[in-house]
Amino acid sequence: MLFHHAVRLGDDALILAQRLSEWCGHAPMLEIDLALANIALDLFGQATLFLGLAGEIEGQGRDADALAFRRDVLDFRNCLLVEQPNGDFAQTIARQFLFSNWQELLMRQIAAAAEPRLSEIGAKAVKEITYHARYASEWVVRLGDGTEESRARMIAGLDWMWRFTDELFDAETGAPSLRAEWDARIAHTLAEANMDMPKPRRGVLGGRAGHHSEHLGHLLTEMQFLPRAYPGAVW
Amino acid sequence: MNREWPLWEVFVRAKNGLSHKHVGSVHAAGARMAVEAARDTYTRRMEGVSLWVVPSAAITASDPGEAEALFAPAQDKVYRHPTFYTIPDKVKNI
Repeated sequence: MLFHHAVRLGDDALILAQRLSEWCGHAPMLEIDLALANIALDLFGQATLFLGLAGEIEGQGRDADALAFRRDVLDFRNCLLVEQPNGDFAQTIARQFLFSNWQELLMRQIAAAAEPRLSEIGAKAVKEITYHARYASEWVVRLGDGTEESRARMIAGLDWMWRFTDELFDAETGAPSLRAEWDARIAHTLAEANMDMPKPRRGVLGGRAGHHSEHLGHLLTEMQFLPRAYPGAVW
Repeated sequence: MNREWPLWEVFVRAKNGLSHKHVGSVHAAGARMAVEAARDTYTRRMEGVSLWVVPSAAITASDPGEAEALFAPAQDKVYRHPTFYTIPDKVKNI
């Protein structure tokens, strides 16, 4: 139970970190390049801790690296939201905005919960994620309330990502109790950006059960190439 | 229309008690974005506890052509340097 929980938390952070890293060297401005890389590094750090803990609980000798680099796509338990392609900058921001606001609420809950090994990681992560949520929310306002083009892209980006948000609040694997507060946060920022809430869509689920979109396999191919081609490689 | 974001000068206070020091500059569309860019660029290795950002355009610099008139007269006035007493070892950051 705890193993699966830790794997879900670790996989969310790991996959989103890898996605964000794809911006490295390609962001619209040097400052944004650094900001996205920083967020990615925070998430890689969280993934290392959560997957390390998962390996410890499992007790089969798998460490964080083994879980990250030597599992196949069907064994990943991240939510579908984090594996979605970057798209344009607005789409990346939409994904970050929806995810970081959820992850912040989740980590606050975990930090206050009884399981000491999880709560310790949660407490550390909350500080990082609070900044991620703030960063993404400000960009939503800036783009949504910006030019005609930035607004259209922000709306399109949110619209694309919206269908993957139900999974975050799934009764079994998600955090249904956080829904009301998350909704309020999202609505608050969108109001500030002069945007409407995205139209309700039929939610797409499956990531928590290993049923991923085609995108994840491609991501893993790149992420896992080196340790698989050169097992045990170090520098 | 100028599509480049304006430049901001960044000042970091390394720890409480020290003054803010100029460390470099960032591009940003506004003050808040400038603080975030400065945070991500200049404080990611625990370099600071406080940040200032100032629009570069707000800075008036001295004219290099006037350097002689401005700075040379101080050269031969050693008595302005407090070199005639020793600073106690325990006093840091003077």
